[in-house]
Amino acid sequence: MAELAATRPVWRRATENWRIRVGGGFLFFLVAVALLAPLIAPHDPIDQDLLLQYLPPAWADKGEAAHIFGTDNLGRDILSRLIYGARIALIVAVCAALAAGLIGTTLGLLAGYIGGWVDQAISRLVEIWMAFPAVLLSIVLVAVMGTGLHSVIIAIAVIDWTRFCRVVRAETMAQKAQDYVASAVTIGLPRRRILVREILPNVMPLLLVLLTLEMGIAIIVEAILSYVGLSLSSEFPTWGSMIGAGRQYVNQAPWLMVAPIAMVIATVLALNALGDGLKDTLDPVMRK
Amino acid sequence: MSAGFLLKRLILAIPTLFGVAVIVFVLLRIVPGDPIAMMIGPGATPADIQQLRATYGLDKSIGHQFLLYVNDLAQGRFGTSISMRQDVMELILGRLPVTIELCVMAMLAAMGIGGAMAVTGAYYRGRWPEVGIDGLAGFILAIPDFLWALLFILFVVILSLSGLPISGRISHAISFDAVTNFYLLESLLRLRFNVLGSVLLHMVLPALSLALPLAAIISRVLKTSLNEAMTQDYVQLARVKGFTRFRIVAREALRNALVPTVTLTGVQFTFLVGGTVLVEKIFSYPGIGNMAIDAVINRDLPLIQGLVLTFAVLFIAINLAVDMSYALLNPRMRHG
Repeated sequence: MAELAATRPVWRRATENWRIRVGGGFLFFLVAVALLAPLIAPHDPIDQDLLLQYLPPAWADKGEAAHIFGTDNLGRDILSRLIYGARIALIVAVCAALAAGLIGTTLGLLAGYIGGWVDQAISRLVEIWMAFPAVLLSIVLVAVMGTGLHSVIIAIAVIDWTRFCRVVRAETMAQKAQDYVASAVTIGLPRRRILVREILPNVMPLLLVLLTLEMGIAIIVEAILSYVGLSLSSEFPTWGSMIGAGRQYVNQAPWLMVAPIAMVIATVLALNALGDGLKDTLDPVMRK
Repeated sequence: MSAGFLLKRLILAIPTLFGVAVIVFVLLRIVPGDPIAMMIGPGATPADIQQLRATYGLDKSIGHQFLLYVNDLAQGRFGTSISMRQDVMELILGRLPVTIELCVMAMLAAMGIGGAMAVTGAYYRGRWPEVGIDGLAGFILAIPDFLWALLFILFVVILSLSGLPISGRISHAISFDAVTNFYLLESLLRLRFNVLGSVLLHMVLPALSLALPLAAIISRVLKTSLNEAMTQDYVQLARVKGFTRFRIVAREALRNALVPTVTLTGVQFTFLVGGTVLVEKIFSYPGIGNMAIDAVINRDLPLIQGLVLTFAVLFIAINLAVDMSYALLNPRMRHG
């Protein structure tokens, strides 16, 4: 049975993994919500109505069916803000994870394959980077660059590339010791080709797992930056800024914080489940 | 542990620190807004602004500023805070004890919770409590300290647990003429138990928020080591001697399973310290983390610089201590 299982295509094994099903399913739902936001959001997410401030959720006393999750301190519909917030969360997650992955993977491949002083220099850089408090550094970076989507993405990438670099470096060193690399060197393939065409595809499964996990981290960092008031201007509904407003008015309206916190946690759990599931499916050692 | 190993680690920390200092400088000198114009208000004349720029050395060339900066750092001078108009070093040293006490308490909580989870998991190996603990650890780990802090505040408000404070360090009703800022330690030494109680109560939620993710990591690593230790000969011997299973797990195996956990806990402790930035802000806890966010919002360059460097020095010092404790705990490393 075990042999049979190993010969089935990866995608089929992937769809049988419950973690991938649950995590992937939730993310698919989230992407759909983000894409269809203008169609499914019951209200304009930035439309203020000061007569409808602090409306509790529909099922509570004084709740209104038109605002299922209630309204915030400016009378804006919470559900609509959550739906539009999914767009920003997903954009940041995908872009920041890809950017961090690109920087980290490039440096990790170079350090692991070339070795010598290149490895020394890159490893030293990673060490210096790790000496910074990540959250504080991202806050400082965004404060320096000015708020906005691009600042948030750059800040996350600049801080988290080390995560990719360390893992890819170690994996590249392991791959370099394999026979297929030795043969590629023997037949005289250029170094860049060996790195990009031979080693990179073998590092890819690992990279995919790291990217998934990094997306979860990016969503949290974006929420943190929004919470501190440094992500996007207040016109854009973000989960973090909703949490921040909720903290401010937590005594009057505790429900303001519940929905956005639940969304962040659910999304991060889904991404973690997907990452763990991919690790189980793609890693040949773990599979046994 | 050989003196050579110690010396090498210490010397290696110097370029790291210098690198950190360089990056902080480069980062902060490309600030687009003018911090002076921001602090001085709309009524200021250009001459006032010029004078203040000169006071803070912002009128010199970048190269000159860098030399001044390195020179100041070498002498332990961080400059004067723009928003609070006080010496940065004094400000930071004044707040540092608050954060240190919080972090130590969080660390103890993490070890207690993580240790209990690991021992329970190892005791009930292969049965449902172990599965439950694994799931719990995974769940706790997925949620960062920042969200735990907010979740705790939500619980307190929704369940109206008014006895658990969600902001500040000590009750306003208590006056405490503290000599140091180590309230916990000082109140304990001076037997001021009402102060001690209030400080501890204010610490519960922030410390727990910081502790939970670390507790989950400790529980995972320690449980793995415990399960491994349970297969060793001396455990078999203890079994033959008729010791209870609890005693074997909690006494015999635990002692030998600690080394990997200690190392990992040390490294993870830096993340806990970094977490104070947000957790202190959320609970209005008056430590250096809270101060750091205010410094960023006020664009207080010298203070931001001082705080980032303080955190970096703390991180490097913790890592050094971990390396050394590892060398002390592991005989194979001792003579390396």
